[in-house]
Amino acid sequence: MSTLVIAEHDHQTLRAATRSAISAAAKLGEEIEVLVAGYEVTEIAQQTARLAGVKRVRVVDDARYTHPLAENFAPLILSIAQDYNAIIAAATSFGKNLLPRVAALLNQDMVSEVTNILDASTYVRPLYAGNLNATLVNDSAIKILTIRPTAFEAALEGEPEASIENLAAVAASDLSRWVSNDIHLSERPDLSTARVVVSGGRSLGSAERFQQLLTPLANKLNAAIGATRAAVDAGIAPNDYQVGQTGTVIAPDLYIAVGVSGATQHIAGIKDSRIIVAINHDPDAQIFQWADYGLVADLFESLTELEQALH
Amino acid sequence: MKILVGIKRVVDHNIRVRPNADGTDVDTSTTKMSINPFDEHAVEEAVRLKEAGIASEIVAVTIGTTQHQDVLRHALAMGADRAILVESDTQLASLATAKVLHALVQQEQPQVVMLGKQAIDDDAAEVGQMLAALWNVSQGTFASKLVFAGEKLTVTREIDAGQETLELTLPAVITADLRLNEPRYLKLPNLMQAKKKPLATLALADLGVDTTSKLKRLSVEEPPARAPGIRVANVQELLEKLRTEARVLS
Repeated sequence: MSTLVIAEHDHQTLRAATRSAISAAAKLGEEIEVLVAGYEVTEIAQQTARLAGVKRVRVVDDARYTHPLAENFAPLILSIAQDYNAIIAAATSFGKNLLPRVAALLNQDMVSEVTNILDASTYVRPLYAGNLNATLVNDSAIKILTIRPTAFEAALEGEPEASIENLAAVAASDLSRWVSNDIHLSERPDLSTARVVVSGGRSLGSAERFQQLLTPLANKLNAAIGATRAAVDAGIAPNDYQVGQTGTVIAPDLYIAVGVSGATQHIAGIKDSRIIVAINHDPDAQIFQWADYGLVADLFESLTELEQALH
Repeated sequence: MKILVGIKRVVDHNIRVRPNADGTDVDTSTTKMSINPFDEHAVEEAVRLKEAGIASEIVAVTIGTTQHQDVLRHALAMGADRAILVESDTQLASLATAKVLHALVQQEQPQVVMLGKQAIDDDAAEVGQMLAALWNVSQGTFASKLVFAGEKLTVTREIDAGQETLELTLPAVITADLRLNEPRYLKLPNLMQAKKKPLATLALADLGVDTTSKLKRLSVEEPPARAPGIRVANVQELLEKLRTEARVLS
């Protein structure tokens, strides 16, 4: 039997989170196949076939999969599920929306946001916003899991190249219809996989000031920009910037928190960063308890100085 | 339009949880319990839909012991019309929870089921999607905006790259993001009124649902603590540390 990884892509590139899911799949010890569903996805399938550990790429190229509606993707996965004893996706908004639907259709329990795979049926996952870790055994016939992308290295290219097989689409569901996307386009690195992330809190005050303070530093460091939920709710930062329990969970090499108070739900999204730097004018801010390096200072002055001192 | 709202009783979000003595589960013996915050947004949205004349009846549901009546009373005080407690001594897995809700859906025949997008205890975010699958209806997960028009529901969803808008055919399962609304504060008269509203109790066994799970928790532990950090005096010292000690900058 094999493990099926569900690919996530934007019709241009395979998302890095899927490459992490492929690495996680390797830990289950079975052959790995990847389902690439979408419209005009030949290039995505070829990218996927070049990744180390992938044995076969199964492609469904059809206009009905242009948008990843769970109501359409779940029956498609169901149509090939009998070939697998494990189904994995990354715990992104795509994977979290889709896999529980698949699990229930297959009458299987599932395990979400897995951060470590100890063996084919034993996993670790966080509870209570990462304040606790649970180890659990999954005796389901088909193991269905989403994995936290930051907890697994992204699979790299390797030999030999996987075979590519075309599959037929299944009947489209009329339960849901895609209407529109409001996507915040950015030239910056993907927040979930960036090596450096600079983020700001509500105390930055306004959208103008948020950009004015963080953008020059982020440019110098080739960093992604993040924000707290409070900053997003206050309209200071776009919602795709949100880092935390309910936003993106990140684990960069360097995380720089600017004017971030350090609410529990934000810490849940950053605490696995390698180095955490906190810059805040409030010496009592919670964030300092989590920071490797804390600097109590005026935000504007210190960021300007920091940006100018970088090469 | 009838709305069923599923709510979960969880450790209050202000409480720092710890493993129990033998490290097999979470110690919830003495802690303050509350309605799951995401579920509170689901209740709020249902109540607003009733106030707008779109919903006709709101039924709040939870699964648990007699103690769990407190979160149902909370939902009733917010504006739910009646409540159902499905009695169970054990914490059910997501699939079992979805099956219980599906059994209630068949009894109650709602047009919409609203849930929080995740519970703050296990952060699983699974039940809504599982219920939609069992019920064979559309799903609007991580919803931040709902617009009803006849048999259709337009839902805006929070996704990693921004927002996505879908049109769903009713019935549908909606899971609420925190951005969906701002839940109202409860006033004493609301709480008094809630005591008079009907709260029915069902035995889990009477629903005829298989609630066994293939998942077994082995242990619960606190993650390794981060090494304590230091305060730096100024930007120069910070840069020096990042370059020579942490080696994250060149």
